Amino acid sequence: MANPLKCDLCSKPATVHLTQIVNNKVHKVDLCEACAQAKGVTDPSGFSLADLLLKASLNPEPETPAGMRCEKCGFTQADFKKHGRFGCPVCYEAFNGLVEPMLENMHNGTAHAGKIPVRALERKSLYDRLTKLEFDLTEAIKSERYEDAARTRDEINQVKQAFTQQPAR
Amino acid sequence: MTISSLIDTPSELTDSASSKTAIVLMTRVRLARNLAGQSFPGWAKPPQREQILATCRAAVAATPQMKRSLNVGIGDLGDLERQILVERHLISRELSGAKGGAGVVISRDQAFSVMVNEEDHLRLQVLRAGFNLRKAWQAINELDSALEESLDFAFSPTLGYLTACPTNLGTGMRASAMMHLPALVISSQMEKIVRAVNQLGMVVRGLFGEGSDASGSIFQISNQTTLGESEEDIIKRLSAVLQSIVEHELNAREKLLEADAGKLLDKIGRAYGILQNSHLLSSSEAMNLLSLIRLGVDLGSFAPDSRCMIDRLFIEAQPGHLQHAQKGEFEPGQRDVLRAARLRAEFANFTRPDFAFGHRPAAGQN
Repeated sequence: MANPLKCDLCSKPATVHLTQIVNNKVHKVDLCEACAQAKGVTDPSGFSLADLLLKASLNPEPETPAGMRCEKCGFTQADFKKHGRFGCPVCYEAFNGLVEPMLENMHNGTAHAGKIPVRALERKSLYDRLTKLEFDLTEAIKSERYEDAARTRDEINQVKQAFTQQPAR
Repeated sequence: MTISSLIDTPSELTDSASSKTAIVLMTRVRLARNLAGQSFPGWAKPPQREQILATCRAAVAATPQMKRSLNVGIGDLGDLERQILVERHLISRELSGAKGGAGVVISRDQAFSVMVNEEDHLRLQVLRAGFNLRKAWQAINELDSALEESLDFAFSPTLGYLTACPTNLGTGMRASAMMHLPALVISSQMEKIVRAVNQLGMVVRGLFGEGSDASGSIFQISNQTTLGESEEDIIKRLSAVLQSIVEHELNAREKLLEADAGKLLDKIGRAYGILQNSHLLSSSEAMNLLSLIRLGVDLGSFAPDSRCMIDRLFIEAQPGHLQHAQKGEFEPGQRDVLRAARLRAEFANFTRPDFAFGHRPAAGQN
């Protein structure tokens, strides 16, 4: 925080100074009395520094073009400012520049270390493989490479079998 | 299963076998999941929401955990029914206020509930009585894996499960424990505890989550961060914090007894007297009185097997349950009359407190 004497939210003189340690990382927030009241800092049960840091980090405009927009769902940066939620999973790619600096203050790390949906990812990779093979097959037939076509067709059958063999618990 | 048969079935919370633990009433683990390629519920247009709702409800109902479950759209439930589900912690206040395009699937034993189109497409939750985070995680992990067979979740290798709010990224997991901490409240140590817990990256909330008060000295403590650690590590860290809060509460009880046992006995005795004789009881006063009786059970003033009755009344003294039992809707003033009558009846034959703590369990139990 640049100037510890100024409120992080409105630049008035800060009188409330907060320090929170989220897993060995020190986070500091300085606030004037009015902002501290408004943010519920004086009521410890309802206050979470992470929420505040999230909003504070948005305050000095992050270095991203103002017109940023998710191609998939049409969500804009202004929408995020208003709702604090994203529009769709693809937004995380579109707003990567906005999300990344936020995560450091918000979480105990910036890379996922938990469960991976293995089954769904397997399914996706089989699906991608199938799409590619079907493309190859069409190409082989088009250029009259019939041996290649036959081999590709066998491979497609194998992949399709793998699909159906996925045990449905 | 229908909503009325669900309401009439005892829940995990009010189950008589459940309330063996003195301080941790129950544990809960919640996972946030979303479908790949679909807008999050808050941004999806109504037809898309309806389509997501149908897909998710069908997929959830088909899991083995949800055999013969209750599977309803939120619009199919009356105000009172929704309120009862909130009071049982089976749906959130947010979902209960949803206009349409949202729903919930609840398992027969009410241990599992899956909210559809709340903040995320899916919010999977499991409730377990007592201090049982690891088992709860295993149970919800199995349900999640079962759902994965038929649903493609939005997932990124670096950010993990993608959620509407970036505060839930990664594991999407919120693990929490509901704790009864009367001695820390009486000795004004809660503020200190809340601050310490916050510094450890955990959050303290009231009984009904964000923004609710802590009547009955019941608090919810959960992890704040979801990204950067595995589910097991988060649970390990949370368990350590919870264990240390349990120890602080037990110490605070000992100190209260040492310093002025009479003052504590007075509170418990008065609570007993009011519950047996009052004619007007607000919800929060009832919670506070029941909390003191529960403390009395823990200290040995009442028989240990009465704890489950208190835990049941914590839920049944809530406005939704109270009105459902009386088969009607009542103004808050009338509810206070009904609540007092209900508690008078429940406590009419409740054994008098033993002020010498004759029911005190052997040392080492908590």
